[in-house]
Amino acid sequence: MADLTSDFIGIKSPNPFWLASAPPTDKEYNVRRAFEAGWGGVVWKTLGLDPHVVNVNGPRYGAVYGADRRLLGLNNIELITDRPLQTNLDEIKVVKRDYPDRAMIVSLMVPCEEEPWKFILPLVEETGADGVELNFGCPHGMSERGMGSAVGQVPEYIEMVTRWVKANTRMPVIVKLTPNITDIRKPAEAAMKGGADAVSLINTINSITSVDLDLFAPEPTIDGKGAHGGYCGPAVKPIALNMVAEIARDPALGQIPISGIGGITTWRDAAEFMALGAGNVQVCTAAMTYGFKIVQEMISGLSDYMDSKGLTSVDEIVGRAVPNVTDWQYLNLNYVAKAKINQDLCISCGRCFAACEDTSHQAIAMSEDRTFTVIDDECVACNLCVNVCPVEDCITMEAMAPGTTDPRTGKVVEPDYANWTTHPNNPAANAAE
Amino acid sequence: MSSNAFTPGIVPGRMAAEAYSEQFSDLHPRLDDHEALVAADRCYFCHDAPCITACPTDIDIPLFIRQIATGTPDAAAKTILSQNIMGGMCARVCPTEQLCEEACVREMAEGKPVLIGQLQRYATDHLQEQGIHPFSRAAVTGKSVAVVGAGPAGLSCAHRLAMLGHDVVVYDAQPKAGGLNEYGIATYKTVDGYAQSEVDWLLKIGGIQIDYGKRLGGDITLAGLRSAHDAVFLGIGLGGVNALDAEGADKDGVLDAVDFIADLRQAESFADVPVGRDVVVIGGGMTAVDAAVQAKLLGALNVTLVYRRGRDRMNASVFEQDLAASKGVRIVTHAMPKAVIGNGAVREIEFDYVDDAMQPTGQTLRLAADQVFRAIGQTLVGEDLPELDGRKIKVTETGRTSLAGVWAGGDCAAGGDDLTVTAVAEGRDAAMDIHATLTA
Repeated sequence: MADLTSDFIGIKSPNPFWLASAPPTDKEYNVRRAFEAGWGGVVWKTLGLDPHVVNVNGPRYGAVYGADRRLLGLNNIELITDRPLQTNLDEIKVVKRDYPDRAMIVSLMVPCEEEPWKFILPLVEETGADGVELNFGCPHGMSERGMGSAVGQVPEYIEMVTRWVKANTRMPVIVKLTPNITDIRKPAEAAMKGGADAVSLINTINSITSVDLDLFAPEPTIDGKGAHGGYCGPAVKPIALNMVAEIARDPALGQIPISGIGGITTWRDAAEFMALGAGNVQVCTAAMTYGFKIVQEMISGLSDYMDSKGLTSVDEIVGRAVPNVTDWQYLNLNYVAKAKINQDLCISCGRCFAACEDTSHQAIAMSEDRTFTVIDDECVACNLCVNVCPVEDCITMEAMAPGTTDPRTGKVVEPDYANWTTHPNNPAANAAE
Repeated sequence: MSSNAFTPGIVPGRMAAEAYSEQFSDLHPRLDDHEALVAADRCYFCHDAPCITACPTDIDIPLFIRQIATGTPDAAAKTILSQNIMGGMCARVCPTEQLCEEACVREMAEGKPVLIGQLQRYATDHLQEQGIHPFSRAAVTGKSVAVVGAGPAGLSCAHRLAMLGHDVVVYDAQPKAGGLNEYGIATYKTVDGYAQSEVDWLLKIGGIQIDYGKRLGGDITLAGLRSAHDAVFLGIGLGGVNALDAEGADKDGVLDAVDFIADLRQAESFADVPVGRDVVVIGGGMTAVDAAVQAKLLGALNVTLVYRRGRDRMNASVFEQDLAASKGVRIVTHAMPKAVIGNGAVREIEFDYVDDAMQPTGQTLRLAADQVFRAIGQTLVGEDLPELDGRKIKVTETGRTSLAGVWAGGDCAAGGDDLTVTAVAEGRDAAMDIHATLTA
């Protein structure tokens, strides 16, 4: 069993798995159950000023399903906590007292003025919480009132509010970012300039999950109408991974610590976020789908992985893949691969053929007896056949050895690395000569 | 009823009255909506899918499964029925494990094919239970076609012809339409009177008149039909049963399996159908299995299915063999009937064990038997038929016989397996050729 102890910006927890600020962390009852199940920490559901907000009394969630109703994406229109501020503060205090080894972060969202922040921060400090997370991310409801993503979409506001918060508390400050922007590095930079100790991302993505084709109304539907919600769950993971990597590999961002969020469902997802620079991870939808017990799989899985790699600290994973994230222009154009179909594994479904023949490069041949083979003369190694093949490892991409000739281009595979920046077809490269 | 499993002889009511409905319940109950979605999702939507090739009626299986998966089962049903108007019955009785599901790539990959047959039933039931008939007739052509036999081949042919605008008269010797669907298939494969519901649904196309109680060679003649109609389609099936070549084969209690199956299908109550205590079924096809399983379901104490070759040569699929075994039917192979023993009624039956060349090995087997069912094949019966090819009517690929204006299909025609689905395909294809001929 590997040591999973986590130290994220000075906040210690027995493992790097926190529950994100969301419905699962709304109340003492839930959070106690989470800690009993083994979660390393929680970010308490966002507190606001009294009078507390209210929620709709109809559906709050909408879903996108895969096979067998497997939940792939969830959309929610729930607002921040709809309970009085003092109730939450009292509960936070007793839970933190009873679970001193767990991380207790409190998410906050108050109007974009300094006074409310000055008011609420001491109240949070008094609970004994380990830190605060500024909710600049929620894209629904609160944003209409000038909070949440309405702040997160304006870097100047992020910097300003972060600075107020840092000036008014001793607690570490995490700034939670919205993905509903064009360049995630800008709000991250603003948070850094404002003095944030870390950023967490991503919050949910503006979304309509589906449309009721009888009512002609978006889902979830409240009395015949629907409003966009925030999308989360496994479906958003690729978007979140990219945004985490964008921040992690930007030298201008000074390696600001990142708490990774976005569709993390298994230990593997968590390890991937960490490899791309997340110091720890936050989970919500997976817990909402399967319950708090899933953390046991995350703990055992990450531990087994670390043992198999000989890693003794979770920090050894963090950022390990970042150097391998690059720009397209730096990819090696002398790397040549060809698809290869393992005939022993092939079940002759022909999906590779249909995909390649109809939508790609006509590089797969089909025989009378349904044997499918790659035509190296045509294969550009696009990988589509691999992606559509239902059998794992049946089709693989095999690199061509330097010195061999690519039958498609008739050119010898060069051993040296060469990218677009120096390619003769690149007008910019020519201009530089 | 005071009979039970141990009562000697051929008697009804071996079980408690309430046990029968459970015994004869649906072999594969219809998938519910969620089960259908899960099953449909397993389809890979193969390119030029092997399951289509394996289907005698060439149903576009990946398309109809995708239509189920996207919540449009009625569209799926239309995809099925446009190729196979008896897709509902075929979904119940097709040996899918030897056809589409055997060809399914997931059968190759995991030994677990997509449940094509059950998905097909889900779709066709969904449409038919709403009473929707999705096809309509073309403008009436004024041509008249006689179809002899209201079985799968005949009705398939009749429907397609009616759809194309021709007027069709179907002649059948029985009081009900459906042919083997109505009289020759195990009860648990088509419960709740499905065969008749399907016929009623099929006839909604219009333009088809059924003339019951008309036997070819009796009330009607081929010559008469040829002169009264513009074309004739023969879908008369195989009316005779092969005799048992064994000493004493004429003793009481030696019966035809097809009659037993028909009696069960037509029975008001299963409890009224008599069955032996010790039942022996001779044969290795679907009829043999249907009879043996149903004898067991009726409460027979011992049911033995005896086949002269090895299991691998049985016409009944492995699935059918396993079904029989699971119901308690004992399967004996490499044994040929030698003598039926008994004083008036059968008491025992003796078999020679034979080798692969069908030569007696010198060893014998005696089985107690108060009821013996012959299920060793059916034969074509009729006079003045078109030219034969072996023991069946010689036909071209589109069902043309040696007589001008006469087509044939289904079990009575040479070539193709004796399956419902094959009969439907042959009837359909003959109809297309008749149409082409009549409108040329």
